[in-house]
Amino acid sequence: MSYYLNEFLFGIYPYIALVVMFGGSILRYDQNQYSWKADSSQLIASRGLRVGSNLFHVGIILLFFGHLVGLLTPEWLYELAITPATKQMLAMVAGGIFGTICFIGMTVLLHRRLTNPRVRATSKPADLLILVILYVQLILGLATIPFSAQHLDGSSMVALAEWAQHIVTFRGGAADYVAGQGIVFKLHIVLGLTIFLIFPFTRLVHVFSAPFKYLFRSGYQIVRKRG
Amino acid sequence: MKIRAQIGMVLNLDKCIGCHTCSVTCKNVWTSRAGVEYAWFNNVETKPGVGYPRHWEDQSRWNGGWVRKENGKLQPKMGGKFRLLAKIFANPDLPEIDDYYEPFTFDYGHLQTSGEAKDVPTARAHSVLTGQKMEKPEWGPNWEEILGGEFEKRSADYNFKDIEKEMYGEFENTFMMYLPRLCEHCLNPACVAACPSGAIYKREEDGIVLIDQDKCRGWRMCVSGCPYKKIYFNWQSGKSEKCTFCYPRIENGDPTVCSETCVGRIRYLGVMLYDADRIQEAASVADEQALYEAQCDIFLDPHDPAVIAQAKADGVPDSWMEAARNSPVYKMAMEWKIAFPLHPEYRTLPMVWYVPPLSPIQSRYEEGQIAGDGVIPDVSQLRIPVKYLANMLTGGKEQPVAHALERMLAMRAFMRAKHVDGVIDTGILDHVGLDIETVEDMYRIMALAAYEDRYVIPTNHREYSGDTPFENEIAFASRSGCGFSFGDGCHGGRPKKSLFGTPTHENTMSGNIRRG
Repeated sequence: MSYYLNEFLFGIYPYIALVVMFGGSILRYDQNQYSWKADSSQLIASRGLRVGSNLFHVGIILLFFGHLVGLLTPEWLYELAITPATKQMLAMVAGGIFGTICFIGMTVLLHRRLTNPRVRATSKPADLLILVILYVQLILGLATIPFSAQHLDGSSMVALAEWAQHIVTFRGGAADYVAGQGIVFKLHIVLGLTIFLIFPFTRLVHVFSAPFKYLFRSGYQIVRKRG
Repeated sequence: MKIRAQIGMVLNLDKCIGCHTCSVTCKNVWTSRAGVEYAWFNNVETKPGVGYPRHWEDQSRWNGGWVRKENGKLQPKMGGKFRLLAKIFANPDLPEIDDYYEPFTFDYGHLQTSGEAKDVPTARAHSVLTGQKMEKPEWGPNWEEILGGEFEKRSADYNFKDIEKEMYGEFENTFMMYLPRLCEHCLNPACVAACPSGAIYKREEDGIVLIDQDKCRGWRMCVSGCPYKKIYFNWQSGKSEKCTFCYPRIENGDPTVCSETCVGRIRYLGVMLYDADRIQEAASVADEQALYEAQCDIFLDPHDPAVIAQAKADGVPDSWMEAARNSPVYKMAMEWKIAFPLHPEYRTLPMVWYVPPLSPIQSRYEEGQIAGDGVIPDVSQLRIPVKYLANMLTGGKEQPVAHALERMLAMRAFMRAKHVDGVIDTGILDHVGLDIETVEDMYRIMALAAYEDRYVIPTNHREYSGDTPFENEIAFASRSGCGFSFGDGCHGGRPKKSLFGTPTHENTMSGNIRRG
């Protein structure tokens, strides 16, 4: 891969994707909040959701937080507790388990979306697109596990974490950490950034509205004053 | 004491003819849009029957309403906050569209375009969802119309609880009544409690329960939380919608569309005052049969000087107090005790109340084979079992319902004697604890039912939302505004085309077929 392309995809593209994700989401929230929703299709067809939706959501939430913590925890911090090699093994095992859970759920969901006539008829193009992209991304993610198994020293994982940390802390030279990595890792990253890019134009925005506040609402009732 | 006012509704089932005018006018105004074709904010069911959506009253199935925990506290029957959120990915308590019905439209266009053929062309039903031809509709908002369908299926009706129902399947003993239903605008709404986004709220000034369409995220917990199944998920917009109690009309002092258009004049609208501090107390009474009285206990007498003073302090406008004193709802529910809440055992403290229907006395009574007590017939001889009505209206307690039916029978007997025989027979009234003045008032409001007696609705005082009208930007800003909207500017509720999603379905309420 040429130096230019590597620099663009892993040094510039992340910022484009993140700016569009946050800027687009703010714009959508501000201008068209009526469109901001989870867009459940359970009313139309509930079959398959019990297994599909539950497994998918549980899996992907755990994967998300796994990535967040795994990529953004500085090396000096986790080295107090575990070595990079152990951390890599942990990531492979946990990622493998959560990924499998997610994979089963998503397979059910994708099958439902493609074969249930009611769901098909009420699907927006973006609904199908995001589901397919997430599915491919998940498969790519699972495919990194055998790659990682070939070198258990954790060096590859450390490099990718360095890349992520350089990106979020606005340090130059981030893309260099990715340059020498396997193609599966690179594809996984590029597709992941693309998910960030299209995020505000899909139903994914409901992620920002995860209703944790409900747990802390005092009492149950809500009364609004006049005006 | 914290006094709040609410516009309540009473439906006099004794006069409902089951014409569905309320449902149709409501649909024309509020749900003639893509995504809510299947939704009837108001529908009329024939009882006994399992209703729309199927078995809505059976909370062992849908887990709507509240339960009283061991420690006396209330929690949604769906579960506490953690348990409720655990249902968010796939809600096991959510009815599917087939429990309502698959929305359909008829292919009328085919009648004109089919060309010359041997057979007369027909307008087949097409699914609004898929555009496919449907063999036949399977259910609907009035599917059991006039006892349609087998008794065996209809008798799954929850109101047959503790009743030997087999005999009512026999032709000679059969009975029926109409039940028009809409959102109850409860004092203790379970939908509000179940909404994870906090998008549903009760308006302080008139008690109307609304869904903020901008804030709704479509988690669909309210649909399950409401025991009356009167919140509908718009499958096109992805948001929940419900009866708005026609608030733009109510604010102007006009009756709701369903009330305005009721040809039987069965609906009444009026102010009820209640003590907001005692809502939890009333809803948490242990005995289900005591919930009706507990709710009556928190209603306040608008003639009581102490209540008037406190209401003023709590910001209830004088015009509302005046309306409360003339409220037909207060008279029927509190003074005459002839109106009852629908299923108080759900503990939501509903605010749409019902006058139970009289029904024919068994003909044997007329022949003198059955003795009443000499004045009015025994209500246990009415064709509709009192227990059935009690299961619907008082959590199973028969006495209040029987008392109300007796009063209505007495009113009829008294007025018949007066107008036909020219006799003032106060003996009839003594029997049920009424005096002439009260029964004349009852007759005026229930039988004559003039427009101004049925609807005593004070206008909303927008100017009161600030300390003075001039400090209140909202009142000025809403001048020339678009009134009712779906939160995306002055739109008619159809999601607009945008980068953030384009509707998949056109409105088919005009009869256009979506070609699948």
